[in-house]
Amino acid sequence: MEQQYIELYKQHHESIKEHSATVMNTLRDGSFTLFEKLGFPTSKLENYKYSDLKEPLSIDYGLNINRVTIPVNPYEVFKCDVPGIHSFLFFVVNDAFYPVNEPNNKSLPNGVIIGSLKEIATTHPELLKDYYGKLSTTKNDGLVAFNGAFAQDGFFMYVPKGVVLDQPVQLINIMRSDVDFMANSHNLIILEDGAHAQLLVCDHTMDEVRFLSNRVTEVFVGENASYEHYKLENTHIKTTNLSTLLIDQKTSSTVLTNVITLHNGVTRNSIEIDLDGEHCETRLCGMVIADKNQQVDNFTYIMHNKPNCNSNELFKYVLDDNSKAGFTGKILVAKDAQKTSAFQINKNILLKKTAKMSTKPQLEIYADDVKCSHGATIGQLDETAKFYMQSRGIPEAEAKLLLMYAFTSDVIENIRITALQDRIKILVEKRLRGDLSKCEGCIICQ
Amino acid sequence: MLEIKNLHANINGKEILKGLDLVVRPGEIHAIMGPNGAGKSTLASVLSGNQAFEVTKGDVTFYGKNLLEMLPEDRSREGIFLSFQYPVEIPGVSMVNFMRTALNEHRKYNKLEPMSATDFLRTMREKKELVEMDSNLANRSVNEGFSGGEKKKNEIFQMAMLDPRLAILDETDSGLDIDALRIVANGVNKLKRTDNATILITHYQRLLDYIVPDFVHVLYDGRIVKTGGKELALELEDKGYDWIKKEVDGE
Repeated sequence: MEQQYIELYKQHHESIKEHSATVMNTLRDGSFTLFEKLGFPTSKLENYKYSDLKEPLSIDYGLNINRVTIPVNPYEVFKCDVPGIHSFLFFVVNDAFYPVNEPNNKSLPNGVIIGSLKEIATTHPELLKDYYGKLSTTKNDGLVAFNGAFAQDGFFMYVPKGVVLDQPVQLINIMRSDVDFMANSHNLIILEDGAHAQLLVCDHTMDEVRFLSNRVTEVFVGENASYEHYKLENTHIKTTNLSTLLIDQKTSSTVLTNVITLHNGVTRNSIEIDLDGEHCETRLCGMVIADKNQQVDNFTYIMHNKPNCNSNELFKYVLDDNSKAGFTGKILVAKDAQKTSAFQINKNILLKKTAKMSTKPQLEIYADDVKCSHGATIGQLDETAKFYMQSRGIPEAEAKLLLMYAFTSDVIENIRITALQDRIKILVEKRLRGDLSKCEGCIICQ
Repeated sequence: MLEIKNLHANINGKEILKGLDLVVRPGEIHAIMGPNGAGKSTLASVLSGNQAFEVTKGDVTFYGKNLLEMLPEDRSREGIFLSFQYPVEIPGVSMVNFMRTALNEHRKYNKLEPMSATDFLRTMREKKELVEMDSNLANRSVNEGFSGGEKKKNEIFQMAMLDPRLAILDETDSGLDIDALRIVANGVNKLKRTDNATILITHYQRLLDYIVPDFVHVLYDGRIVKTGGKELALELEDKGYDWIKKEVDGE
């Protein structure tokens, strides 16, 4: 199945480059050569053990290499239903950054630049050149290499030194196509020293065709900067969502990521954190609620390269029906990374015997003065708690619901945008009740 | 209101209750005492509908209805309340949410509208005062990180909120210091009316200094072997259970 894309690249690499930017094109052929060598990842690879991508990758998807305009205005069709979120709102339609609708966006603080990666790579190449591909090209990963070869655009955000964005930035990825479609986009986020930003990424699908998105996001977090990355997935069952989030942290920086899958088809989230300075704080959280034949694999890799950093991971899954999910918590503590503390928890509830969860902590520790712990549980709901609630008159079904909701509550608490937290609480409750949990603004996403 | 006839119950195939009889009428307080392993907590568990216990023989009716056929939640909504010996911690479920859900399920069962938020909060406040409960506890997860005393106060608080016709207090005095014991007992006494009843399950006489029973029953080897007035409790405190064991085993 790789072959058709290899042929496609060989025939059309000129067009791909023509519709992209020089900074991106510089690395393109190298990425392609790597992809030719690696191919798409299979579950035989240790890092992809719990991702079964064979079927979704075998579909004959269309690509929009010549950047034909997609006839949709997201500012008109998309109404975010997180009440009171007050965000700076941006769209990527399939794999192209959608032109900013000025009246809808309040002016950004001084010096902050948000826009199309392709355009800014052309108008401000000096901003990107030290960052673009710096993390992604170090990865020996077929999906990342594929993205490097085919991505022509994406979302770009630059927050200069000391600037604090007091409102979250919201990036909506909308998939819109009449035929089965693949989108490769590359996002680049740069926070200079002391900057602060929150990014909320929402994935939506608009049409009932097969979609595959393969997105790579590189984030550079400067000294004393703080960055929060929320990913909320609410897509349909025919969607394959492959997302790689690569973050580099400098001294005393703080990062929180929270990836929430409420509804999807096949999802793979890779989150890799490079702790590239001392005294960094990193918190990775995630939640999955899946049923039917949904698949979700969250792969995390934290590289403790420097001493005195703290990392924390908290992932919770509620799996029903024939859903299948995985979690990998890979942690590397380098030889000199003394006084590292790294904690990891993955808890899972299986509501039916047919649901399947695989979980794997993977710690490689080369320093001797470290505090590391990991815990993973796979179980059912707490029967004694359920009985306690029933004995107070709460019917069994309601008691189960309250317990599932409670189970996910500590992940929800790790959402530091109040309006979003309130909304997620409601969406999760609806989802657990079996009601449609789609965002109201989404046209089709059951 | 409650009639237990020849009740036999097993756990993991082992018979614990071996023909227990008991009748409770409105307005009465019954104390059930007995040595460890006699079946006191099994009785509480069976009455509240704990699935771990299997009833093999006998009948239990509550106001004429067959209690043993009811789901645990229906027993509660019919007016039976069990104060747990070991209250369960439920991380992530707030006391407010838990209590509002429970109370409104009771109201729904009795064909009443859900209680308004204002009325609910006022009721919570009143009932918290009854057991001198720290008001912060209500905002926390159910029993999570509560001390032993706080957990027991919380049981009586829930009892006050749900206003049962029959309260079964399983070893409510265990693990309580003297101040907490006084507060808990005081709460129970204030909730006492002529139309409700209480079963106190206890190992020690101590609680009965504060809550005065109308009847004291001795449970031994799965049956009630002796019934008397409140003076029986004092006699047990004084002499222990050995003389009862001898009486029964010598039969």
